[in-house]
Amino acid sequence: MAQVTLRKVSKSYDQHVQAVKAIDLDIADEEFVVLVGPSGCGKTTTLRMIAGLEEITDGEISIGGELVNDVPPRDRDIAMVFQNYALYPHMTVFDNMAFGLKLRKFPRDEIKRRVDEAARILDIGPLLARKPKALSGGQRQRVAMGRAIVRHPKVFLFDEPLSNLDAKLRVQMRTEIKKVHQAVRTTTVYVTHDQVEAMTLADRVVVMNHGVIEQVGPPQELYHNPLTRFVAGFIGSPAMNFVPVRLETVGNQLMLRLTDEIRLPVPASRVDRYSPYKDHNVLLGIRPEHLTELKDPAKPNVVRFDARLDVTEPMGMEIMVHFRINGTELCGRIDPSVRAEAGEILPMSADLNHMHLIDADTGRVV
Amino acid sequence: MSGASITAESIGRRSWLKPSISRERRWALWASYIVLVFFAIGFLAPPYFELVTALKTSQQLGSGKDPWFTAHPFFGNFIGIVTNPDFQTFFLNTVKVTLIVVVLTLVMSILAAYALARMRFFGSQAFATGVFLTYLVPESLLFIPLFKVLSFLHLINSTWCLLLVWPTLSVPFCTWIMIGYFSSIPKELDEAAMIDGASHLQMLWKIFIPVALPGIIAATIFAFTVCWGDFLYPLAYLFTGKQMVLTAGIVSDLIHGDVLDWGHIMAANVVASAPPVIIYAFLMDYYIAGLTAGATKG
Amino acid sequence: MIGGPGFAAGPVEAETEAAGGEESMADGTTGISADTLHGFVPSIRRGGLRRFAQRRSTIAVLMCLPLIALIAGLVVYPFFYSIYLSMLNRDATRFIGLFNYRYLLNSDTFDLVIFQSCFFAITAVFFKALIGFILAHVMHNISGRDQRIWRGLLLIPWVIPPALSTLGFWWMLSGNYSAVNWILGQFGIPQIAWLSNTWTARLWVAAVNVWYGTPFFMIMYLATLKSVPDQLYEAAAIDGATWLQKIRFISLPMLRNIISITVLFSLIVTFANFDIVQILTTGAPADTTHVFATYAFQLGIQGGNISLGAAVSLFIFPILAVFSIFILRGVGRRAREGM
Repeated sequence: MAQVTLRKVSKSYDQHVQAVKAIDLDIADEEFVVLVGPSGCGKTTTLRMIAGLEEITDGEISIGGELVNDVPPRDRDIAMVFQNYALYPHMTVFDNMAFGLKLRKFPRDEIKRRVDEAARILDIGPLLARKPKALSGGQRQRVAMGRAIVRHPKVFLFDEPLSNLDAKLRVQMRTEIKKVHQAVRTTTVYVTHDQVEAMTLADRVVVMNHGVIEQVGPPQELYHNPLTRFVAGFIGSPAMNFVPVRLETVGNQLMLRLTDEIRLPVPASRVDRYSPYKDHNVLLGIRPEHLTELKDPAKPNVVRFDARLDVTEPMGMEIMVHFRINGTELCGRIDPSVRAEAGEILPMSADLNHMHLIDADTGRVV
Repeated sequence: MSGASITAESIGRRSWLKPSISRERRWALWASYIVLVFFAIGFLAPPYFELVTALKTSQQLGSGKDPWFTAHPFFGNFIGIVTNPDFQTFFLNTVKVTLIVVVLTLVMSILAAYALARMRFFGSQAFATGVFLTYLVPESLLFIPLFKVLSFLHLINSTWCLLLVWPTLSVPFCTWIMIGYFSSIPKELDEAAMIDGASHLQMLWKIFIPVALPGIIAATIFAFTVCWGDFLYPLAYLFTGKQMVLTAGIVSDLIHGDVLDWGHIMAANVVASAPPVIIYAFLMDYYIAGLTAGATKG
Repeated sequence: MIGGPGFAAGPVEAETEAAGGEESMADGTTGISADTLHGFVPSIRRGGLRRFAQRRSTIAVLMCLPLIALIAGLVVYPFFYSIYLSMLNRDATRFIGLFNYRYLLNSDTFDLVIFQSCFFAITAVFFKALIGFILAHVMHNISGRDQRIWRGLLLIPWVIPPALSTLGFWWMLSGNYSAVNWILGQFGIPQIAWLSNTWTARLWVAAVNVWYGTPFFMIMYLATLKSVPDQLYEAAAIDGATWLQKIRFISLPMLRNIISITVLFSLIVTFANFDIVQILTTGAPADTTHVFATYAFQLGIQGGNISLGAAVSLFIFPILAVFSIFILRGVGRRAREGM
């Protein structure tokens, strides 16, 4: 059980390519932290540096209060689950899980006790005598986790463990991982490119992009209060809509000008926040669920507009509608009871209570 | 108009295509079997002929009657050759040296291949290419200077000189295919083992060797076959019967010793060819995997 | 089938990740007492990662050392020594420069050797590749179990030590009891002294090599054919391609690289062949079937003129050098294409 601390950790290859740029991160004991970001954002490199599989170019990493920069992976007391499971193909499930303990010269009955315990947690008891080849993808995933659990390490490291599974199994294993974490409460660092995975699993999500941390926070906070355009666009599916607008004052009302015809009033509660950006070009960010069919126009800060639907995507509990305003493609989310066909004009409303405004120059949410 | 005619034609074509493809297939299958039988006869005739000859008495051989058939197989040649002390010496010498060289080859090539596949060091890439080039160097390019080298070491006409020269034939190729097998092991496997606490040697011994076992078997077979069948080096460096191995011994000593008793010679031939053929029969898949692995690489 | 390796990777894809700090093997045991069940304290050793890396490459070099010694001592050194030897006189007492080479190139016998070496290699490799190509296709037509059996049978010539099977060929061809002549005799064809006649001897030397080497080509092409997706042939069949067009437009392009690799490789090996000529004809009749290897053996080992023998065998080197470069290129391309 341990906390993990990263101080100004950098990783560069051949002087030029900087994969990770001086990141700071504090992971509390028993916390489940998910590093998420697009491929090449440095999340896997960060994880591998914590594991000791990758040299640190600069900075400090400590695990459990102990500086581990020069500690080889096997002495860091960590366990890792790999994307392709990395099960030893020539060993049985039992031996796969026991290997690390055997190398550490654990007594035989202790090894057996631990493997049985892990097998019970993961429900793989009947598989212990099989070779990895005879297992399904989900079972292999469990064994890989079992191999980590038996070690009782300070930290679990997961490197995109679910991306080799099919969609259905992925959802199932996601729940499984969460259960395991609740059972063993080991500090966990989990890397994924799938923001849904990140949101569902994490105590805190770390969004990375281009080698830097964009934002760290609990899932709901990232969703509702993204700090940067990247986080706003990355978290949430379908992604947030971005519309270039200009902040203008008409009379003494602060307006978002899309085109000459379309002007939206800024909610009164936000006027103070936004007024420094008067006469600036900014991005309006609004999530699809806040672009809905016209419901209750009386609600404050809800504006109505008509959209000619390009594409409709019935999803069952909702319908995604795609339309364009002023050349920008937007996605809205409407109730399935509304009859919406491509090509039709649908009266819709935008709930500006949930809007975000992004400084186009800095990419930061205002 | 034209659209309609195309549709009609394509429908007609499809109904015509199906039986034609299966007919074509059946025809191709028959033709294939005919070609195969023809070549199989050609390929297997010489070993068959050796076997038939070995099963004949010298009278039968001298009679000039059907050399391809014998109604009364005679096993005297085999008994004669197996009890022949010269032949026994050849056989034991061959077994002895071949086995030692196979072990040496495995040790050298597995160590080097592991280092080259996983532990990049200065010049490792170039060295791996060099290993491959060494494999291409034919023995007939080097047997003359090696003669001088071996006479300097006083190893001419000693079976043990083969311990030095045979590895030059076996090790480069075995290293090469082991590099291939080791490289095909996913890197996460080492990393998992590293985190599990394995040292380099433990990783090699407990992970790489077991996982690459098919490759190691293929390399073993290759090393064995190459040494067992080598002819030039023993012929060039060994002179007396006591030091001889099978290939050179049968060709030079047995022929010159007896008055060309072909029944005997062919019996010796069959016995000497047997070990590689038997290994091949039992481990054909590994044999072929090794062969094609080499070609995938070279 | 056994789980052969994928070999999608390059010849040596030396690993890029400088895998952080692993310890060396010697000091590897972490102190664990049996009763520390949860989170033992690892013994942390501090020492520059750079030193680890250095230590790792030192281990790597040590592991390669036997191989390096072997190649340096018994391949590279003899090669250069051979060049030196070839410039000495018969008793290896005097340096005579390129005299041996000039002597060889002026000798009529050596002209024959050069001609026969090239004729032998080119003819044999051509037929090996051709028959191997045909057999691979034929084999590819038949399926599963049958294919295994036929493949097993047709590979036998490659498995028997060539020196021994050549001896069998010699007995088949020579003397009054020639088994080949006996077959021809059944059709009323008179006896032919196969091995005492220059051209029949040359053809038989090549034929024995074809017999021995074809299975190798067949296996290589078959393995590559198996990696060609069936859909390509099916698509071609639907497009109306005849079997000849399928070979022309699908098999040949798909096999092009492996064909060039095997042909070049086999040219080197065949060019340097010793066993077959030595046993079948020993150069006879009148040195017309000698190749470089057997001629070098005759001059160098049997005739005791090591220097001249070295000069002869060095003639193998140019073809080796040139073809090796092309093979390396082919192997590199193959690795990149992941076949």
